[in-house]
Amino acid sequence: MSTVEDRPTTATTGSPRKNGTERRWIGRSVPRKEDPKLLAGRATYVGDVTLPGMLHGAVLGSPHAHARIVSIDTSAAEAIPGVKAVLTGAQAAELVNPMPAFCAEPVPQTAIAIERVRYPGEAVAIVAATDRYIAEDACAAIRVEYEVLPAVVDPEAAMAPDATRIHETLDSNVAFHRVLDFGDVEGDLARAHTVVRTRARWHRMCASPMETAGAVASWNPFDKSMTVYSNSNFHNFLPWAFAGMLGVSTNRMRMIPCAVGGSFGSKHFITKVLAIAGALTKATGKPVQYLEDRVDNIAANDNVGCDRIYDAELALAEDGEMLGLTLKIVDDYGAYFQFAHGQHGNAMAQPTGPYRIGSLRYDVSCVLTNKVQQGFFRGAGADPGNFVLERLVDKASEVMGIDRAEIRRRNFIAPEQFPFKTPSGNVYDSGDYAAVLDRALELAGIDDWRAEQERLRAEGRYLGIGLATCQERTGYNASEWWFLYDNPPLPATSTPESVKMDVDAMGGVRVEVGCPLWGNSPETVVSQVVAEEFGIDPNDVSVTYADSTTGAMSAGPGGSRLTIMLSGATRGAARTIRDKMIRIAAHAMEIDPDDVECVDGTFRAKGVPGASMSMADIGMRAHLFFHSTPEDESSGLVAVHTYDHPYSTPPSADRTDMGAFYPMVSHACHIPIVEVDAETGVVTLRAYYAVNDCGTVMNPTLVEGQIVGGIVQGIGAALMEEYRYGEDGALDTPTFREYLMPSMHEVPEIVVEHLETPSPFTEYGVKGAGEGGRLVAPTAIASAVDDALKPFGVWVDELPMTPERVVDLVAGAHEGRP
Amino acid sequence: MPETTSPEKVRIRITVNDVAHDLLVEPRTLLADLLRGDLELTGTHVGCEQGVCGACTVLVDGAATRSCLVFAAQLDGTAVRTVESLAGADGTLHPIQQAFHENHGLQCGFCTPGMLMGACELLERTAEPDPDEVREALGGNLCRCTGYQNIVRSVCAAGQSMTAAKNGAQA
Repeated sequence: MSTVEDRPTTATTGSPRKNGTERRWIGRSVPRKEDPKLLAGRATYVGDVTLPGMLHGAVLGSPHAHARIVSIDTSAAEAIPGVKAVLTGAQAAELVNPMPAFCAEPVPQTAIAIERVRYPGEAVAIVAATDRYIAEDACAAIRVEYEVLPAVVDPEAAMAPDATRIHETLDSNVAFHRVLDFGDVEGDLARAHTVVRTRARWHRMCASPMETAGAVASWNPFDKSMTVYSNSNFHNFLPWAFAGMLGVSTNRMRMIPCAVGGSFGSKHFITKVLAIAGALTKATGKPVQYLEDRVDNIAANDNVGCDRIYDAELALAEDGEMLGLTLKIVDDYGAYFQFAHGQHGNAMAQPTGPYRIGSLRYDVSCVLTNKVQQGFFRGAGADPGNFVLERLVDKASEVMGIDRAEIRRRNFIAPEQFPFKTPSGNVYDSGDYAAVLDRALELAGIDDWRAEQERLRAEGRYLGIGLATCQERTGYNASEWWFLYDNPPLPATSTPESVKMDVDAMGGVRVEVGCPLWGNSPETVVSQVVAEEFGIDPNDVSVTYADSTTGAMSAGPGGSRLTIMLSGATRGAARTIRDKMIRIAAHAMEIDPDDVECVDGTFRAKGVPGASMSMADIGMRAHLFFHSTPEDESSGLVAVHTYDHPYSTPPSADRTDMGAFYPMVSHACHIPIVEVDAETGVVTLRAYYAVNDCGTVMNPTLVEGQIVGGIVQGIGAALMEEYRYGEDGALDTPTFREYLMPSMHEVPEIVVEHLETPSPFTEYGVKGAGEGGRLVAPTAIASAVDDALKPFGVWVDELPMTPERVVDLVAGAHEGRP
Repeated sequence: MPETTSPEKVRIRITVNDVAHDLLVEPRTLLADLLRGDLELTGTHVGCEQGVCGACTVLVDGAATRSCLVFAAQLDGTAVRTVESLAGADGTLHPIQQAFHENHGLQCGFCTPGMLMGACELLERTAEPDPDEVREALGGNLCRCTGYQNIVRSVCAAGQSMTAAKNGAQA
């Protein structure tokens, strides 16, 4: 194991507990500033945007998984009063360009299919009309003749050389394959006392935010400019890519963020929605709103989660020491490859989990089939990785007869080993995993549950206690999108976050953030940091959202980075302005700047009672009294601060080291309690305990909200969420009637506690917390179901554990199936 | 004048948030679209358009109703309440909204109007519901952010605070 060189030098004040620094606002459950407008129904989501003369778009999707488009007759649709444009794929291609792709392989994708459809629901034609009803009427009046082609549904069958090809531009449906060895994998397998194996299956799911993706695009044909309102997250990160797709020069494209009704990773790009609205506004010269309906979102959102088959093995020494891990993965990417294998780059952040595993083999095949393509969904590729690793650890515990908590304890990276470099190169910043495990066992009251389990088993009932100890990598660097390529098309490494802060003439603090309101709490976080730095009340800070013309670079929420990055950006801007205010105050009080301190929003002379200036005193001076400020100061109190990734290193050229790209690593131990009805296969959550360590907790109530919400999505992943397809490739789960998600009835009381090991890499020591719930819950619940059904000897290796699958597991155990 | 003479349109007299409207609507116009479009009350959100998610819940004559499943033309003579009726014009939150704020009962806010209106109906019927009663009443409203437990807490807390306020007013 190599050590970590070139450690970051980012200054940090560490944890309040460790260095005794009293913090007033960081770490407090400050009430959420975003709430009132949301509660009052007064936030503007993209569906609430209305522009003069605005038209409404609708999409006609393919009923077939795979077909050639023989002809499209739009004449009847065009004749309907109120219809302003009907565009086929070929017509739209004259107005907008293909969607930007991050893959190196030639897998072009247009927003509206041309000549061939490759998944059910793929857009075949689009319409703009005076209202959505008429637009839908027009879609129904479009006549499309298809020649149905064989559908490729099974990813392993898709790999066969003679399988029907999804893209003629590729030699095979295996768009990408690579095997990477880190450390002495073969040696570890050879010297292992025990090797446990699993063939695990993680199915396709989707984020299903309650609000679908949408955009309002308005083309100005006279100055060739485009204004776009949307719920994309990348309006201040990749607006140039969207401009290229829309055929607009980058400096004439303005993207305005809206309040977003949830995303969970699925709305970073929303390129298709932008292209549809953009093509229609260009065709009509009017603003056009296109908002996916729920079927559009489920069938065609381009951002479904991973769909993987794992053949995995964990090699262990006789005492349970974990030596090596091999992961052979077939991942069903669907019909397109817009984001390449970023989900595997992501998974490379923590494939070996919290354990000192010395070697790793990562063998990945990205396979194309006739399904909607993958994108990003909370967990972003690390979610099935955690599932499989923890299943292997449980299996090792079972096979080797070592208690499952004990085998974990023996292999945890110890607190003194941080920063810790993993075999594949990512660095973990800090942690105390044994402390988290111990506290979780205590919190759950394991002994009482074991007694309850015994009591119920005597009645023929099956209670199970789950256990999982997992990583949550937070704060990504963009290298994860491309480092599996030797020659990536765009080897970007920046993931900046910016704020613009100003203190006005009356001392009022205003902050403009580059990120959107995606359902998290940027206004509250920024206000807490400003309050901390100036000693003012967070309620007195005003926070607004920047559009794409302000230059406020922002990768926004994603990869559990926002609180880390926003607190860094805000603190940077606050320090710049505070320092200038100190200089102005010192000048006014005719003392040295070192003798001025900022306390409770006043700038006072140290040790001189009564000698102080208010924020307003200095604000007025800075804005209107140029001659009363130091000579080399410009007027005003404005700072733009861009906070870049706090610690990243590039991958090595030979890819034996992927570099530090996701080094703020949170950790959690989850203990769910389930009851399984062995007759019906229904799994009921009885209780749920989680102990989480995400470094310095910025706002306990809001962090708990993220964790609980993520756990409930994890319950969905464990028990119900799944895209199901017929043999002909038809999607059997296109609405919420078939795509099931947890309701209040499926959710137990969830108890969350925090331990804090601050990150040495970030401001205030914060780490991310947005994905941990969903990254841990599925595998923890699988462990609980195993435990419940131990009398049958079942082994859960496929999620979700639907009643059908559980019944089958129990029946299989009765029949002696493995 | 074609708007007013269209034979296809249906006249409805409907009260929305205490404002009386006399409207001609297309037979197929859904209540959700009437509210969001013609009446510019965009606080009511549409999540699934088929009555599963509950985001679009409003009160029709006091009954929690999926506004994506009702035609406006069916509602002649009714009184509708939407989320916009809850907070005061001065920004004072309704006690239910206040309870959601204090208990972190929302994140993205998209399902929230439906939750609030469902809670209004429940609290009208059951002043101080217990968590099971809240789950029974709001179990058909989906939320993808919160994991629900803070929503349940919020509604219970709202019941308690509203009851206390009522008792205080009577005392």
